[in-house]
Amino acid sequence: MKGDKAAAGLGTLTGVAGGWLAMCLLVWAFGESPRAIVGQALGGTWGVGYGVGQVLSKATPLLFTGLAVDLALRAGLFNIGAEGQLAVAGLVVAGVGSRLPASTPAWVAVPIVLLLAAGSGALWALLPAALRARRGAHEVISTIMMNRVADVAAAYALAHGLALAGTVRTADVIVGARFPRLETLGLDAVRGSSVSVAFLVAVAAPFAAAAWLRRTRIGRETVLVGLAPEACAAERIPVARRTAVALIASGGVAGLAAVGPVLGAKGYYEAGLAAGAGFGGVAVAILGRGSPLGLLAAALLFGTLEQAGLAINGRVPMEIAVVLEGIVVVAVALGDARVRLAMRVRASS
Amino acid sequence: MNAPAVVLLAQAVRMAVPYACAGLGGVWSERSGVPNIALEGVLLWGGFAAVAAHLATGSAWAGVAAGMGTGAAIGCAHALLVEHGRVHAIVSGLAINLVAVGGTRFLLRALYDSSSNSPAVAGLRQTGLEGGLLVRTLVDPLAIVAAGLVAWSVWAMPRTRFGLRVRAAGDGPHAAISAGIDVSSLRVAAVALGCAICGLGGVALAYDQHCFQSNMSAGRGFIALAAVILAGWRPGRTVAACALFAALDALQITLQSGSNGRLSEAIQLLPYAATLAALGALSRRGTKVPAGLTRLSMD
Repeated sequence: MKGDKAAAGLGTLTGVAGGWLAMCLLVWAFGESPRAIVGQALGGTWGVGYGVGQVLSKATPLLFTGLAVDLALRAGLFNIGAEGQLAVAGLVVAGVGSRLPASTPAWVAVPIVLLLAAGSGALWALLPAALRARRGAHEVISTIMMNRVADVAAAYALAHGLALAGTVRTADVIVGARFPRLETLGLDAVRGSSVSVAFLVAVAAPFAAAAWLRRTRIGRETVLVGLAPEACAAERIPVARRTAVALIASGGVAGLAAVGPVLGAKGYYEAGLAAGAGFGGVAVAILGRGSPLGLLAAALLFGTLEQAGLAINGRVPMEIAVVLEGIVVVAVALGDARVRLAMRVRASS
Repeated sequence: MNAPAVVLLAQAVRMAVPYACAGLGGVWSERSGVPNIALEGVLLWGGFAAVAAHLATGSAWAGVAAGMGTGAAIGCAHALLVEHGRVHAIVSGLAINLVAVGGTRFLLRALYDSSSNSPAVAGLRQTGLEGGLLVRTLVDPLAIVAAGLVAWSVWAMPRTRFGLRVRAAGDGPHAAISAGIDVSSLRVAAVALGCAICGLGGVALAYDQHCFQSNMSAGRGFIALAAVILAGWRPGRTVAACALFAALDALQITLQSGSNGRLSEAIQLLPYAATLAALGALSRRGTKVPAGLTRLSMD
């Protein structure tokens, strides 16, 4: 639709412009020159092989969580529980992955950890999905509560047996279950960075999901339920079941986000690993607008912001990256909504 | 007279203030029909603004005003974005929380060159007061102001013109518009009021610790949100639920210092578990969810 295209264009434009303006103001208020800081930020991210690798590494969980939020949005649901789904999956994957026999071959170990990641993420979305389908309880509230439960549960599990004595991290995952870093596969350009094969999986995931939504009956019905639930109910499409499955699938995808940090970058789970990637996923989904390429671009943008924050941290606090993330999200949503409103007014007059 | 029970009660009262303020903030804004998951961020900004103003002016009450003012400003921004900008309320709330965590830490480093906490402030608690711990807690000026706001909210929402209009805007926005109420402006006012009260909760949090600490709200905004839902969006019951959660917090801290580590972790889960259970139970018997809140999906 023409309106969608225009909304996407203007939304992105206001988002980038708003973010840029806020960045300049914040940097300037801090007493630094925006030009010098941007130079340093670009130099520390896309200007050097290590930086590129780190950007891709940070974009890896964001791609999954962005896809997870997007998948739920398609069905008309807001999954802001990716944060907790990711944490629980990371904990389970690291806990089991470090206890597998050390000689387990990759063709056995990798499917196991992938299933565990998706399964535990999906499990964490199960209760909100059931509450939504059976009782109509709003998923925003229930997923927020599940995030908090995940926080407490993760701290508890780490404190009582899962973490190595005296630390907040688990034991190392066995080699067979790991996703090798790209630098070990002969890609010298990203030497020292933590980007792993998981990034390639993360890039493929949105395309696979788009194909599923387009080509399968359940996928198509899910999208239709998101667009017009009443019409779908009249057509005897099981609306409650489709939305529940969408939320559970969304949780599973969010769980897969643990693969990058836990099995690729670190090789273990520690308290707070990939924290913020769940909420970042909402930002990615809003900026990405449901197209696989959009999600990829958005994840790369926010990955770049995070890494740029680290690169400039000596001169401007790195928290500026989080602030900009929030501002970009609002600016995008604002620009988007203005266009939609304008189109609607024109259509009705 | 510092028996364990008295200490526990005093702790509970002390901890109830931020919860109750945030809970009331949630009630005022959600009853007007604007979903508000930004309570967490408002608590943070309220605490930070209070400490910054306190340090800058040397007056603790200036800090209180700054905390509430900042809360009101964020509430205005949230409501304007949602009502006039047509931004999804959850998106706006999420962004406010993001900016709050990052922004307060950014300013901590910019102003005080520390990423963890601000310099110490005196706060409002009188030190030379006669009487036990409980008395000192109860005559804390912020606790008294908060209690006043609670009483006023419970009284005002079902009785005053403003309170009734807020409820009308939430329960039946179209009917309210037909009745000549400017629903958009009313919502902005209600959310600003709610966030000002929530900001006071942040002030209490910071003054209690005598400084601002990075991320010091630690999920209290979400617990308050849980209380709002458990209480069915009614102010009195929300504050009661907040007080209960605060008592659980106090109990948990007492247990933590003893040998009952596991029990204290189980208690941490109670507010969330109770809310999830209530969501299941509430929704069945056609709830009192403000109608304006239900159109949450993206359009």
